[in-house]
Amino acid sequence: MNAVAQYNFAYLDEQTKRMIRRAILKAIAIPGYQVPFSSREMPMPYGWGTGGVQVTASIIGPQDVLKVIDQGADDTTNAVSIRAFFAKVAQVETTTHTAEATIIQTRHRIPEKALGQGQILVYQVPIPEPLRFLEPRETETRKMHALEEYGLMHVKLYEDIARHGRIATTYAYPVKVEGRYVMDPSPTPKFDNPKMHMSEALQLFGAGREHRIYAVPPHTEVVSLDFEDHPFEIQHFEEPCALCGASQVYLDEVILDDRGGHMYVCSDTDNCEERRAAGHVGALGADPMEAAE
Amino acid sequence: MTEPLLRVENLTKYYGSRLGCADVNFELWPGEVLAIVGESGSGKTTLLNSLSATLEPSSGRTLYRMRDEQWRNIYELSEAERRFLVRTDWGFVHQNPADGLRMTVSAGANVGERLMAVGDRHYGHIRETALDWLGRVEIAADRIDDQPRSFSGGMRQRLQIARNLVTGPRLVFMDEPTGGLDVSVQARLLDLLRGLVGELGLAAIVVTHDLAVARLLSHRMMVMKDGRVIEAGLTDRVLDDPREPYTQLLVSSILQV
Repeated sequence: MNAVAQYNFAYLDEQTKRMIRRAILKAIAIPGYQVPFSSREMPMPYGWGTGGVQVTASIIGPQDVLKVIDQGADDTTNAVSIRAFFAKVAQVETTTHTAEATIIQTRHRIPEKALGQGQILVYQVPIPEPLRFLEPRETETRKMHALEEYGLMHVKLYEDIARHGRIATTYAYPVKVEGRYVMDPSPTPKFDNPKMHMSEALQLFGAGREHRIYAVPPHTEVVSLDFEDHPFEIQHFEEPCALCGASQVYLDEVILDDRGGHMYVCSDTDNCEERRAAGHVGALGADPMEAAE
Repeated sequence: MTEPLLRVENLTKYYGSRLGCADVNFELWPGEVLAIVGESGSGKTTLLNSLSATLEPSSGRTLYRMRDEQWRNIYELSEAERRFLVRTDWGFVHQNPADGLRMTVSAGANVGERLMAVGDRHYGHIRETALDWLGRVEIAADRIDDQPRSFSGGMRQRLQIARNLVTGPRLVFMDEPTGGLDVSVQARLLDLLRGLVGELGLAAIVVTHDLAVARLLSHRMMVMKDGRVIEAGLTDRVLDDPREPYTQLLVSSILQV
């Protein structure tokens, strides 16, 4: 107990948490609008989710149950370290089960299981500005947001179609929130975009390096941008998950050998484990030893 | 043609205590091309930037007849209205095409950007319009997916013109549109511009130090010196029968080949 007593609850001091909560409240009040906040140095490098960690630290309470995912997985370095961080500095209960969690901090995925009322999804965002690579001037992009000048966003989609014959943007696919602000949903695959629409959970986005927080409140309209003759589409996979047999989920390709062998597995590890526990088996799911050969 | 398109009243711009341009008054009619000539530092570009609402003048007004026939002082428009006006009813052709183009997106997207900005969300239509406009400015259709970085100076300038004209503006500002191009390319560009201006009934304000450009393109011209308009009139009259000593000097200093 002495070791952690030198930290305030959830690491950040109370004044900082108040400041971040005010930014979060403003963000919720103006869905999709990027609210500046005074981002703090965190005991981890930028790119590891300092924005998400600050948001989580500001909203977490002793009764919360935390789940952290990184590319859908609960067991990768980023997820494990952030979970351990909060277990240490906030002594909260952690879980890998989506349904049990009250706060889910995520890097680049939305869990397959639909989120419910009372759950909060915290995204780690590297670049909050969807117009950044089209218009490098921050003064100009802010003006464009203010005046709702979003034609440029379609220039990017136009370029995609001109070059690839279809909209080739597969992640960080721009969305319009509640008919007003164009927002970068962080580098989640566009597969997850429809899950943001009318979600029952509160979605908070924290960009630590860029000092921005934005939010999508529950039951908010989130529409992916597209053209009339090139409508928005999500990714489709040829085969189901090799371990649990799930289709209609986002899959990762895993290389098995150097002779072209590969398998597709659920990116959401919790969803995959639960399905296998319930008896679902995929093509390679029966015998892991056999699959490895 | 009953009313002018643009009415400029006592336009004055100071940079601190230094004069940019002073007491400029004129009217521009639909379909009319006005050239502003003068030497470097005479206030031409300051005047153009003030007229196009890029700069706010120190005093004076610029009234513009909007598409709904309302006269509005362009400096009193809200920023949203002004930016909408600039990208729909106006065009601005910069001397350096890189200032007016997006160099890292394709030619087609450069032309299509204004369409998308006013809400066109049909890819096929945008592309068709872009192809049509590339044709009109004599850029080959197979260059539509190339970036302007790979274009020659003349092509870039023509692309910039297409990008500006795609929304059917009524007024186009041009700042030395042929500057930096070699003479044969200049001739071709002037020919093209003259054709487009005539065909579309555009009003244009062209800033140039090249009297030949003024002669070819414009109906009327204003001569500026030290921030003031010293002579104005029909282009042929001013060039053939200059009244002010400075204009006479300017006209007589054209190199004859």
